[in-house]
Amino acid sequence: MTLAWQRTLWPLLRNPLGLLGLLLTLLVLLSALLAPLLAPYSPVEQNILARLSGPTSTHWLGTDQFGRDLLSRILFGFRNSLMVAFSSVFIAVFLGTLFGVSAAYVGGWYDRVVMRLMDVLLAFPIILLAIGIIAMLGPSQWNAALAIGIVYIPTFARLTRGPALVVRNTDYVQAAVAIGAGNRRIIWRHILPNLASVILVQTTLALSTAILVESSLAFLGLGTQPPNPSLGQMLSEGRAYLTISPWTSVFSGLAILVASLGFNLLGDTLRDTLDPRLRGH
Amino acid sequence: MMLSFLAKRSLDLLFVLFGVSVVVFLMIRLIPGDAVQIMLGANTEITPEGLAALREKLGLNKPIVVQYWDWLSAALRGDLGQSIWTGKPTSEEILQRLPITLELTILSLIIAIGLAIPVGVLTAYWRNSSAEYIIRFFSITGVTLPSFWLGTLLIFLVFKLAPGWQSLGYVPFNQDPWGHLSRLILPVVTLSLPMLAGLSRVLRSSLLDVLNQDYIRTARSKGLSERVVLYKHALRNAMIPLVTVIGIQVGYLFGGAIVVEQVFAIPGMGRLILGAINERNYPLIQGAILLVTMAFVLINLLVDLIYAKLDPRVEYA
Repeated sequence: MTLAWQRTLWPLLRNPLGLLGLLLTLLVLLSALLAPLLAPYSPVEQNILARLSGPTSTHWLGTDQFGRDLLSRILFGFRNSLMVAFSSVFIAVFLGTLFGVSAAYVGGWYDRVVMRLMDVLLAFPIILLAIGIIAMLGPSQWNAALAIGIVYIPTFARLTRGPALVVRNTDYVQAAVAIGAGNRRIIWRHILPNLASVILVQTTLALSTAILVESSLAFLGLGTQPPNPSLGQMLSEGRAYLTISPWTSVFSGLAILVASLGFNLLGDTLRDTLDPRLRGH
Repeated sequence: MMLSFLAKRSLDLLFVLFGVSVVVFLMIRLIPGDAVQIMLGANTEITPEGLAALREKLGLNKPIVVQYWDWLSAALRGDLGQSIWTGKPTSEEILQRLPITLELTILSLIIAIGLAIPVGVLTAYWRNSSAEYIIRFFSITGVTLPSFWLGTLLIFLVFKLAPGWQSLGYVPFNQDPWGHLSRLILPVVTLSLPMLAGLSRVLRSSLLDVLNQDYIRTARSKGLSERVVLYKHALRNAMIPLVTVIGIQVGYLFGGAIVVEQVFAIPGMGRLILGAINERNYPLIQGAILLVTMAFVLINLLVDLIYAKLDPRVEYA
């Protein structure tokens, strides 16, 4: 375990972009976790006397149209974005891996049916499918999480099926079968550990896109509903006051970029260090 | 051989299209609670007679397989049902909006591909340790840049620097060609930039792979100029992975267009779908999703065919 950590962590820290990704990700994670402690104001507390102000010493990033403190709203917005992103990616990784590994393991008609279903889901443009699901379930934060999760299931099913098939046919797994190891033991002890690094890389990259999709949906009014702070919806509200006070839109968009960029840089560098076969230039 | 490849791909395609139609059909049936009540409650009073009438109109009291068959055979004839509010045919509303979205996506696609090739080539020849990091940083930033933020910043910049420029809304081309095009500039920039970042990175990386091959060394050692080596030998092969990525990106472009239309107040498919969600006009949502997804599937088939044409090594199997 320690060796695996060293092999993962060192190349990451020595690569400037990997380091930047790690720092941005930590910044966003800590902001989200510690939002109630860090935020100078309540994210929903209105102060009509101080509305639409630019950055000042009392409101570091300024205030929105109701005089709510932007920094506090962004910190809680991170919390919201990450909750949706993590739960959607959890759904996708769990169900996607379940489908991919079981398709590879069981094979036959089950494999064909499952993978064809994945093809069908993949045929939809991502945002369109998410919008369709939300249109049916109704706009809310958790329906957005569910929709984004469903949209990314095929990615993980396809990602895990190939390597699972390779591992299933290796001599050592055949040997494990021969000495009477049960299916559960083979999947948990032999197949899943071999998939850990591809899953980790793709999970990090999926978190980056999930943050973008979540904020797009919130921007369209299909995600988190007011008055709860969500970065995409803050940007959308700020647009009405763009010419008077662009700060709300500028900072909330920047926050989305920082969160998504952090996870993407991290995933991109992890891919190079963990999986040389997928290496890009 | 080409024929059997086409036959196999068409069979796959038919299955996927069938699956897509089932998913879209089921959407309205999977609404938690009574879909008819939700639809009707969006802007009229709910009466038992109204409920029964709408249920009858949507065919919801027939067995589900019959419902699917009725819906599909009508859809294949181009009948996607009627708007439950205006009574206008859904297909008519979609056909009014679709060209607007298509123009936006196709222009963005052309701009992104047109710029990705020179950018990819130039950056492939810029090789040292800091170049690697700089190029990678900018391409990843480009891909993760939220389009609605970029669009909003562009609107703000135009407002500050060129207050006379109308950057929002939409005018038909035949009414005011210049007004039409000038309003398209910012949306197209917004939509094409993330794609440009992604595509040029893919091209650079595949070009670097190709430039390291033996036959490129042979071409150079024959004394061919770098220009000939690049255009006649390297680029053609390096374009192959690019074509695959373009096929995948078209889907993102459709999705991106929905968001960008909202940013720039363009009355395309995105606005149509969002409006339909607000008034719970499910037949319209279904029709729009079905049509756009079918277009996307067909574009992917086209990409596959171009791919096979471009790379003689691809087996038509």
